[in-house]
Amino acid sequence: MILLKLLNKDRGSSFTLALLALVTIVVPACNLLLPESSLFHIQTYTMTLLGKYLCYALLAVAVDLVWGYMGILSLGHGAFFALGGYAMGMYLMRQIGNRGVYGNPVLPDFMVFLNWEQLPWFWHGFQWFWFAMLMVLLIPGLLALAFGWLAFRSRVTGVYLSIMTQALTYALLLAFFRNEMGFGGNNGLTDFKDILGFSLQSDTTRAMLFIASALALGFGYLSCLYISRSRLGRVCTAIRDQEDRTRFIGYRVENVKLWIFAFSAMLTGVAGALYVPQVGIINPNEFSPLGSIEIVIWVAVGGRATLYGAVAGALMVNYSKSYLTAAMPDAWLFALGALFVLVTLLLPHGVTGLLRRKDATT
Amino acid sequence: MNSLDKMRNFMRRDQLFEFLIPDTPPDLDLSHGVILYLEGINKSFDGFKAINDLNLYIGDGELRCIIGPNGAGKTTMMDIITGKTTPDSGSAWFGQQINLLKMDEPEIAAAGIGRKFQKPTIFAMHRVMDNLELAMAGDKGVWNILRARLSSEEEGRIHEVLSVIGLQEEAEQLAGSLSHGQKQWLEIGMLLMQNPKLLLVDEPAAGMTHQEMERTADLLTSLAGTHSVIVVEHDMDFVRSIASKVTVLHQGTVLAEGSMDEIQNDQRVIEVYLGE
Repeated sequence: MILLKLLNKDRGSSFTLALLALVTIVVPACNLLLPESSLFHIQTYTMTLLGKYLCYALLAVAVDLVWGYMGILSLGHGAFFALGGYAMGMYLMRQIGNRGVYGNPVLPDFMVFLNWEQLPWFWHGFQWFWFAMLMVLLIPGLLALAFGWLAFRSRVTGVYLSIMTQALTYALLLAFFRNEMGFGGNNGLTDFKDILGFSLQSDTTRAMLFIASALALGFGYLSCLYISRSRLGRVCTAIRDQEDRTRFIGYRVENVKLWIFAFSAMLTGVAGALYVPQVGIINPNEFSPLGSIEIVIWVAVGGRATLYGAVAGALMVNYSKSYLTAAMPDAWLFALGALFVLVTLLLPHGVTGLLRRKDATT
Repeated sequence: MNSLDKMRNFMRRDQLFEFLIPDTPPDLDLSHGVILYLEGINKSFDGFKAINDLNLYIGDGELRCIIGPNGAGKTTMMDIITGKTTPDSGSAWFGQQINLLKMDEPEIAAAGIGRKFQKPTIFAMHRVMDNLELAMAGDKGVWNILRARLSSEEEGRIHEVLSVIGLQEEAEQLAGSLSHGQKQWLEIGMLLMQNPKLLLVDEPAAGMTHQEMERTADLLTSLAGTHSVIVVEHDMDFVRSIASKVTVLHQGTVLAEGSMDEIQNDQRVIEVYLGE
């Protein structure tokens, strides 16, 4: 019922979600059920790559909620992504048990290597899946709440806020590089073996992770759609366009910003948590300020303030990244820069804006 | 005073400690017929005295026009009433009981003071209806607005206001596509949706055609009585057409107060406006 109401008259979203549902079923089926000789067989490598893109798409949707709809240009969402990823990585590290190189049943390899005697306090609890999943949501959420409470209450807006979010992710980057932080320093966490008892190398587990990513994207998409269609969503857009006016009408602008920002950070954390088991590593580079800027470019390319635009942007840019970094490794950064300049100049509403314009004229 | 006296003084049973006095009593007390008191307000920006010992009283249901040359402190006064600016000294009371200086913008809006800005600031990317919906009085907490649905009563209220401001036909349009005059009316409509007791209207007639100006004057006079309205305006013809009490501000203080005719014959006002 609610679903139908949400998708009513929204062809972009209906199409995106229908395609997502199709992909969720077809890709794992083509991977698991068809023999490798078949024309339609999808390699596990391709499926994992697609799963990674789905995580990126969820990340883009979360950024679009705060930037496209509410006008907060966050250049630090990579931090929430990486924190969700680290929470998942810590669970996966604890799952290795005594199969590590040093064979220590409790301590991960890098701690043995550093001559640590016992597990740091913040690593306790991560042997349980449910606890790790809770942290995937809570740690990005709480960081966003603390950051947002300080920033929004002091009415920091615009480019100053963007710079602060960059500083946030950069500070975390430097912190996580340090060995004594206890997160594996610049090597990060890797060499994962299994998740919930299933081997991460097996095709079935990979397929399940792909399905989980697709479901998470579907859930994130629908919840953001629900928010954007509610009066809260209209208040967000009002804040984006006329912040002072919204305050004079009687809305607590800082509270609205705070909760939307925290929700977006939690979605981002989920994306990070699903990303890590599929790529098999999490290291401090995920915190790099450059990465967070790239996310914003995906959303800008796809089209701000349309959720399907964010999804499309994430898929298109990442596909071209995968292609270009393999074909012409040096050209990628130039291509990314050129893409951003061209989109800003020629397509202010992104690629999906082009489709809408065509729609409006016919 | 020795410490024993201090102690006795502290223990007196007829006094109320300041922290026990509620800041914002729920009801607006208009028992004395005055809705807004501004007394001895001072405000300076970097040494420039924008407001200088300003005293102003607005009666319940009154339509008051405030005129004055540029820099007379009209906008600063509005900012102080709506909580955007805090004065250096003085007091501002809404009715008998509500201290405006202890509240911030959303609280003051919720207490019943609505403001229309000089430049029409409407939400251009929303439909006219949605603009009114957003402005509607009610619980504006985050959780509540996430789940809010328009009740038929609320929809009725929106249509009522649409007909007051004469924008029924444009209800489904994006507010950004309205003409300048229509935007001004929409903004007055948004004010009405907040159910305010006191409306602050900054230059409603700026940039309007003659017909639009007449309609605006009608609209404002029809609102007086049920609401108290403060209109800041430059256009003398417009002020005369809504024919009410006029206050002249000059250098942050009240220069003259009275009917339009009295004001026009006041020697000091003539000096300020004509120079010499």
